[in-house]
Amino acid sequence: MENGRFGIFGGRYIPETLMSALLELEEAYNNAKNDPAFQAELNDLLANYAGRPSLLYYAKSLTKEIGGAKIYLKREDLNHTGSHKINNVLGQALLAKRMGKTRIIAETGAGQHGVAAATAAALLCMDCEVFMGKEDTERQSLNVYRMRLLGAKVHEVTSGTMTLKDAVNETMREWTKRVEDTHYVLGSVMGPHPFPTIVRDFQTIIGKEIRAQMMKTTGRLPDAIVACVGGGSNAIGAFYDFINDKTVRLIACEAAGKGIDTQQHAATMARGSVGILHGMKSLFCQDEFGQIMPVYSISAGLDYPGIGPEHASLHQSGRAEYIPITDDEAVDAFELLSRTEGIIPAIESAHAVAHAIKLAKEMDKEKTIIICLSGRGDKDVAAIARYRGESVRD
Amino acid sequence: MIKIKEAFQNKKAFIAYLMAGDPDLQACANYILTAQEAGADLIEIGIPFSDPIAEGEVIQAAAARALSAGTRLDAIFDMVESIKDKMRIPMVFMTYLNPVFVYGYDRFFARCAKLGISGIIIPDMPFEEQGEAKEPAEKHGIEIITMIAPTSEKRIADITKNAQGFVYLVSSMGVTGVRSTITTDLSSIIESIRKTASIPIAIGFGISTPEQAQHFSKQADGIIVGSAIVKLIGEHGHHAKQSLYDYIKTMKNAVMMDIIA
Repeated sequence: MENGRFGIFGGRYIPETLMSALLELEEAYNNAKNDPAFQAELNDLLANYAGRPSLLYYAKSLTKEIGGAKIYLKREDLNHTGSHKINNVLGQALLAKRMGKTRIIAETGAGQHGVAAATAAALLCMDCEVFMGKEDTERQSLNVYRMRLLGAKVHEVTSGTMTLKDAVNETMREWTKRVEDTHYVLGSVMGPHPFPTIVRDFQTIIGKEIRAQMMKTTGRLPDAIVACVGGGSNAIGAFYDFINDKTVRLIACEAAGKGIDTQQHAATMARGSVGILHGMKSLFCQDEFGQIMPVYSISAGLDYPGIGPEHASLHQSGRAEYIPITDDEAVDAFELLSRTEGIIPAIESAHAVAHAIKLAKEMDKEKTIIICLSGRGDKDVAAIARYRGESVRD
Repeated sequence: MIKIKEAFQNKKAFIAYLMAGDPDLQACANYILTAQEAGADLIEIGIPFSDPIAEGEVIQAAAARALSAGTRLDAIFDMVESIKDKMRIPMVFMTYLNPVFVYGYDRFFARCAKLGISGIIIPDMPFEEQGEAKEPAEKHGIEIITMIAPTSEKRIADITKNAQGFVYLVSSMGVTGVRSTITTDLSSIIESIRKTASIPIAIGFGISTPEQAQHFSKQADGIIVGSAIVKLIGEHGHHAKQSLYDYIKTMKNAVMMDIIA
């Protein structure tokens, strides 16, 4: 893989100032990957700190309510800090420590990655600074406080559209100022090489566990795996182990916001085109002159105008399917899962639930669908109440 | 097309960066001519991009102003066309890779050649990623100017091997923007560059005062000033001509070492 290419996508389109840091990271990662001591330390944290393996739960009531294929939930929401983000963060924080870095910086959208980064920094005695778009600090104020509680410094990003994209810009700028003692813990399978590969590798544990758990409980592979996709880390984590199992449909749900025919969506696959941003060649929502367009989603975590390069490649090859899901559909699914199973999903994950419901209806009762429930929805409750016209104080 | 090397012929070069479309394209065209009159040896014309990750607040804000005023790439080309016959010094574009990629490399560089643009600086295109752009740029005679950073040490020989135009030496870590002090020791980097190539070196990022201009031009073949100029235009809008002229004249004099700090 030359310069981290996934077909035509990927690469390392980054200022020269950061190149040595990326090369240093690549070397350190390749070294750590093959070091049993590193893997043992990470596995110990994943098991005893993060709570892995996460459960694979048969959602009987939801399945009954829908009346179709059996629906299983991969409960990443039960991980420590409440989402799959911890898988990657623990890996990268250990790696940073191994590289002699004493400070980590991170971007965050919904705040889940920021919280996970702040948590790992607290655990491993590192300094942590998180960059978060001003709009997101407002819609996820609880997570901002949570990060501060964990000892992190949160920077409100007021440039550009003041959301995730701009938080990434600002974190990269911060990194160029200070690479010597600082590692950028990128939160998704995006950015310049080697990030898409590193983050994917740390998230593949999701798919590996799904395989083992399905073989144990049903004796066969699932028929479909459905995950939400912003940058795409929980989706690639769930999919990767199954890429060569052609009977398993891999379906990612992107944010259609108010509809892909409106100007308010974040549907990169449905409406984007090939471009270069944040160090990678991939698909982006942009205008005819290559200016990145403002995107929108009810979900701060999916509110991103691009997608990881490996997803762009899986989309191009047709191995994975990418489906736009609107705010309305996601909110309906958010409520349905809460009501039928007593599980409140993150609004991001609710995009996957929404599609799985549609899909289950069309499939035989013997078939199985896995939903990657990437995070829990406590953080979203107030926003959903507001969406339904109720005023709830955070 | 005027060759980039002419900017460095028998003199230290003062390179001025202006953001296209700030405050508007007509004013920008006039300011480029003003910069030339005041003694600039090379002009960098910034093509605004929505997500300029190598820029500090001043240039970010200028890009945002230009874009929200509706500055489009085609209109920038027209602006350059309108002044090209009056230009006696080389012009280069500075932008991010996406606007070039989306426009199409061949189409973009063909247009540059017609406009008398001599080169291009793309901060998010390190030499490893120059492959796609290099051939179409060469075909149309557009030189790709590469950057070297304080962290580039082991990469200098690779970068300079195919370097064209001049080497853009980044003065210090971080993004563009005025810095009151620059402490990086550039002498060893400059020595390494000189050992591997005989290409002019211009230092940029953070330079704003005549003292800095004099200091860095002694070490290299030229200096680049962006944020200080963009800030001045930002403050004076359509009435920046005189202060722009005076500022560039002072800086150019400092580069020529006519004044002693």
